[in-house]
Amino acid sequence: MNAGASQSRTSGLAFGERRLAFWLILPALVLTIGLIFVPLVTTIVYSFYDANLARLNRADFILFEHYQSFLRDAAFWNSIARTSYFTFVSVGIELVLGIAIALLIEQKRKLFGWRFLRVAILIPWAVPTIVTGAMWRWIYAADYGALNGLLLQLGVIDRYVPWLVDPMRAMNLVILADVWHSVPFVVLLISAALVSLPEDLYEAAGIDGASGWQRFIHITLPLLRPAILVVLVIRSVEAFRVFDLIYIMTRGGPVNGTMVISYLTYQKTFSDLKVGEGSALSFLVSAFTLFLAFVYVRLLYSKND
Amino acid sequence: MKLRLIIALVLAFMLFGSTISAQDQVVLNVLAMDQAGMTPEDMGEIADRFEAANPGVQVELQFVLYDGLYDTIVTSVSSNPPAFDIILVDDIWYAAFADAGWVLDVSDRITPEMRDGIFEAAWDITTVNEVVYGLPFLLDQKYFYYNTTLLAEAGFDAPPRTWEQVADMSRAIQANGVEYPMIWSWAQVEAVIPDFVTLLYGNGGRFLDEDNMPAFNDATGVATLQWMVDQVNEGLINPASITSAEEDVRNVFSAGNAAFAINWLYMYNLAQDPTESQVAGEIGISLMPVFESALEAGIESSTNNGSMGFAVTAGSQKQDAAWNFLSYLTSEEIQIEFSALQLPTWETAFDDPALLEANPVTVPMFAEQFPWSHVRPKVPYYPEASRILQLAIQEALTGARSPQEALDDAAAQIIEVAQDYQ
Repeated sequence: MNAGASQSRTSGLAFGERRLAFWLILPALVLTIGLIFVPLVTTIVYSFYDANLARLNRADFILFEHYQSFLRDAAFWNSIARTSYFTFVSVGIELVLGIAIALLIEQKRKLFGWRFLRVAILIPWAVPTIVTGAMWRWIYAADYGALNGLLLQLGVIDRYVPWLVDPMRAMNLVILADVWHSVPFVVLLISAALVSLPEDLYEAAGIDGASGWQRFIHITLPLLRPAILVVLVIRSVEAFRVFDLIYIMTRGGPVNGTMVISYLTYQKTFSDLKVGEGSALSFLVSAFTLFLAFVYVRLLYSKND
Repeated sequence: MKLRLIIALVLAFMLFGSTISAQDQVVLNVLAMDQAGMTPEDMGEIADRFEAANPGVQVELQFVLYDGLYDTIVTSVSSNPPAFDIILVDDIWYAAFADAGWVLDVSDRITPEMRDGIFEAAWDITTVNEVVYGLPFLLDQKYFYYNTTLLAEAGFDAPPRTWEQVADMSRAIQANGVEYPMIWSWAQVEAVIPDFVTLLYGNGGRFLDEDNMPAFNDATGVATLQWMVDQVNEGLINPASITSAEEDVRNVFSAGNAAFAINWLYMYNLAQDPTESQVAGEIGISLMPVFESALEAGIESSTNNGSMGFAVTAGSQKQDAAWNFLSYLTSEEIQIEFSALQLPTWETAFDDPALLEANPVTVPMFAEQFPWSHVRPKVPYYPEASRILQLAIQEALTGARSPQEALDDAAAQIIEVAQDYQ
């Protein structure tokens, strides 16, 4: 390739380069289609069949029958209700705690050890969810768990309590584990937003005699709205699809008390091998998460503008 | 031009390179388990010896935990050819895998020595409708464990023979200061079913009838579940049993917090190991109790068979080499040599004095218990049926429903599932 090449030769080269570019992009294109598009379409197709992984050649085409039967199924709605409870309670607590901790950290910038605190608060988030689940399972263990040990020494309880035996309590304790794991993520996003808030608004409010609480309600919170929206969408979608914590800590038990929708989908697909039902469930879960995201966006933007 | 040539060469190498280099070698991909039984080191040693004796064959071992074994098989076996030539299959999965056509019919490959030498009950594990789909490998069953110190302190010098005695002794042991004398694996996982089967058959009941329809909800089944509920309500059973699997049972028992427990064979060596247990040297193991009425009827014991066998995948292109390796792995000599953590599948091996010398407690116990071992149902829809029953047992244990109601509903649901498989 020298600089004195003729016009036609350059365009010829460009054409050749374009062809080369196509061939270079091709592997990535094939991967993208193969890894995203094909499985997605296959899943939709499977959801229309009465397909069993062990008997794929004997699958009947039933169109929407899986969807219809799930929408009429009490077990499905119970699972959706449990998942919604998990989502709203855990995300709610995470948001309140996350904002409070972020405000605290940003307020005390000059305090000794502030940098250490800011890093330390992130540690739970860096712990893989599977490890988090295993750790909390040990903490809650009835006969050798740290929680029983601590409460007994403090005199709060007088005998060991089997924490995970009650379905509702098991759900709340899984939520606690999720909160421990995810609050740092909320803190991170909210602190980033806090740093960029304009100082002059606070100065003006100070001159007008606004209290700390008023400043928080009328300045900080409205300005944090976009960040809160991002946190809500990301965390709600994640929480709605919670799987690993349940898999490690409770396996959906006791008495289906923690049978969230993702774990139900997993059982249908990989335990019962009913890929048709499993695929239909996956799409129903996607529909619910999309709906959640849609509602949040509407709620948070309509008030502002 | 040069660039394109290089790219073409690289792509060609990526596509065909691996095939070229592997052409002269038969590679056997084996999916095994790293939990209970032989360790990966043992298996590796056996594979090395096989490779040395069979030039040109290479054995690639891959290990997963029991909990991941089923998922790994079902997600890898449908590809063509399958990712594994040899898979370890739990006895409760054989019917489903045979129905799916995933495992090879090896009935014609079994030699008369294998047929006669390996336990008859071991063949039940890998046989579905009289067709043999694999070679028995890990023979296991639930054993009755007790803490000799806690029993002696309460004035007992012999283990109980009936569940009624277990309850009576538990009351005495509880009065002696042990908060919960019994621990069971009754969580909403597969672990609860072997315990239920043990009690059910020990009460003269059965899981399915001759037509493979649920029989666990008859009067005996309901009475069995009622007994379980009663022990929990009386406080003789650790309430954490409702969230416990086998490892939780081992932890509680090894901490000296329970007088009675039932578990697989592996707990014996671990509970006797001072680095793993606070009650090493205080472990008793005896014939599994039954209910009084059953004992009077001649049922001396009852337990659940939880064995596994290796199968060759139906789609494997190296079936002969795979079979040769399996024959070697499950041969009598190898099974005797590596008997520390799993007992041989060969009945003839138990005549060998070396085996008894190496395992003075577990070998006689195995021989005594094994005739009373019951397999869980061999139906292709077992995993789903199991989940339905797990939930029913949990509902009864937590008082959400009566045993009769819970079991009747489970039976109805299982009949519905079975109809899909007609």
